[in-house]
Amino acid sequence: MLADKDRIFTNLYGRHDWRLKGARARGDWDRTKDILAMGPDWIIDEMKRSGLRGRGGAGFPTGLKWSFMPKTESERPHYLVVNADEGEPGTCKDRDMMRFDPHKLVEGCLIASFAMKAHACYIYIRGEFYNEASNLQVAIDEAYEAGLIGDNACGSGWKFDLYLHRGAGAYICGEETALIESLEGKKGQPRLKPPFPAGVGLYGCPTTVNNVESIAVAPTILRRGASWFAGFGRPNNTGTKVFCISGHVNKPCNVEEVMSIPLKELIEKHCGGVKGGWDNLQAIIPGGASVPLLPKSICDTVLMDFDALRDVKSGLGTAAVMVMDKSVDLIAAISRLSDFYKHESCGQCTPCREGTGWMARVMRRMVKGEATLEEIDTLEQVTYQVEGHTICALGDAAAWPIQGLIRHFRPEMERRIRAYRDAKVRAAAA
Amino acid sequence: MKRALHPEQPATFSFSTEMKARADRIIAKYPKGRQQSAVIPLLDLAQRQEGWVTKPAIEHIAAILDMASIRVLEVATFYTMFNLSPVGKYNLQVCTSLPCMLRGSEEVLRACKDRLGIGLGGTTPDGQFSLHEVECAGACVNAPVIAINDDYYEDVDGAGAWKLIEALKRGDKPTPGPTNGRDASAPIGPPLTLTDLPAPPAVQDFAAAKAAFEKAKAEAAAKAAAPKT
Repeated sequence: MLADKDRIFTNLYGRHDWRLKGARARGDWDRTKDILAMGPDWIIDEMKRSGLRGRGGAGFPTGLKWSFMPKTESERPHYLVVNADEGEPGTCKDRDMMRFDPHKLVEGCLIASFAMKAHACYIYIRGEFYNEASNLQVAIDEAYEAGLIGDNACGSGWKFDLYLHRGAGAYICGEETALIESLEGKKGQPRLKPPFPAGVGLYGCPTTVNNVESIAVAPTILRRGASWFAGFGRPNNTGTKVFCISGHVNKPCNVEEVMSIPLKELIEKHCGGVKGGWDNLQAIIPGGASVPLLPKSICDTVLMDFDALRDVKSGLGTAAVMVMDKSVDLIAAISRLSDFYKHESCGQCTPCREGTGWMARVMRRMVKGEATLEEIDTLEQVTYQVEGHTICALGDAAAWPIQGLIRHFRPEMERRIRAYRDAKVRAAAA
Repeated sequence: MKRALHPEQPATFSFSTEMKARADRIIAKYPKGRQQSAVIPLLDLAQRQEGWVTKPAIEHIAAILDMASIRVLEVATFYTMFNLSPVGKYNLQVCTSLPCMLRGSEEVLRACKDRLGIGLGGTTPDGQFSLHEVECAGACVNAPVIAINDDYYEDVDGAGAWKLIEALKRGDKPTPGPTNGRDASAPIGPPLTLTDLPAPPAVQDFAAAKAAFEKAKAEAAAKAAAPKT
């Protein structure tokens, strides 16, 4: 088990003071001026060497992303935008970081902005997180008052302003270009890429969008050193990670653990095991609603990291582990996710707008078995018609859970259809 | 659910003095000429003041931000947190996404319907309670979750939902957060991790790190400059 001294989020459960005084006692804002004095090149290099991959779901290397920003300032200002629009079903880690460790995020915003030569940063937080936004705003105000951010951040001579922006309930705004649109005061509909935000982002200016966790871990990585962080996990999958384990475990929780921890160990050690024991496990969605589910046989041995989960045709995503025991009707569970994507499609691209509705309707019939066997193939084909044919990844995210269901539980779907048909025949004969 | 303006609208809208001051502070967060960025926060203020987003409020905000009112309407109808019709004093929003569903949100929803005597989207005749189903609230390890106005009530079951409503009816304000006594998202029971507060971590030797970085950079530059053999 990861030792407490190697945890980054030492106030994950809110047992200690989350304000500036408490944060300082836990090591935040320690020698921040010295970190800035190391210069943008060193900071970005150190982030690259840490191996940190973006914590928002896609797993893109954070240091590399920072290096895509223009090296010199022009008349177009640079922006850092922090994606705190957490809403991927199963995911609830950023919430705890913002309400209980907000100064890690504020400090990270300063350092990341400095490294990318941005004088302003916006944190876009989902509107429902009202109390979390309140805590974060208090932390921002405290940082201004203490001179940690503002006209001369930490006495470094760098001017840095940090603003909190609340959204208003739209899952799609977690997509980086939709988030930028929303921040500009429009409907959250994703933009075509290219141009990428690093070239043309917020207000047409160079912009980097990072997840809360990616930014909040940066100060600790830089203080303790890239090699400390890279010492956890496996190559290409380094560091510590906050996992969210929900569903049918005895003790659902958030916990920071090493990357590449075996899924079974994560559940048995921290969550008191699967309800009714490991053998009562049916399937797990390992990385938030968008990634395909895994049957128990794979869960027995799989490691929780980007590459291991990709190899079994799923993904680490946001590391939101949803556990389903044998009492779950998996077809109904995936159908619920299809309803979610139908509700959240922004309606811009036809394959997604029409496809999510179509898939949700067919899935509802599949739950009852009110379908033909061939329709399973049709459904699968349609998922591939949606996947990859839309501006953003919401179409893919709507397709993958269904593909996972068909890949691993097709016999169950067929059984349901036969049972429905047989019952109808019997009813007609009676 | 269709998201359109309510058929009955008040005649006028204006921000209270306090809300106007808050609106001005919000607009100041964005660069000059980019005041449109404030549209979502201003709609939120209007909703806080009136309880819902009215047509006159949309027009008023459009005028403040120098936007066409159709653009503000677009935003108001796109984002689901904006109530386009009046809601009760307590707006109960039951999350029924997969993690909540796995832990019994159907039972929670049923308890709310039974106790309040209303269906989804309904408001009690006394105007005290509204009931809505919402997509993922983002508190999944504390499922099932009910959001009541700005607060989350977590680890709720049917009986717990019933009790929450009883408390609100009495005029009490139940404490938000987990209703089963645990600390936030920590596993219930004796803590396994973060049992005590570790000392702040030691900071790496910045001078040595900088020297190593400069040396590597110089070596890479020399290698790049060296003639290829």
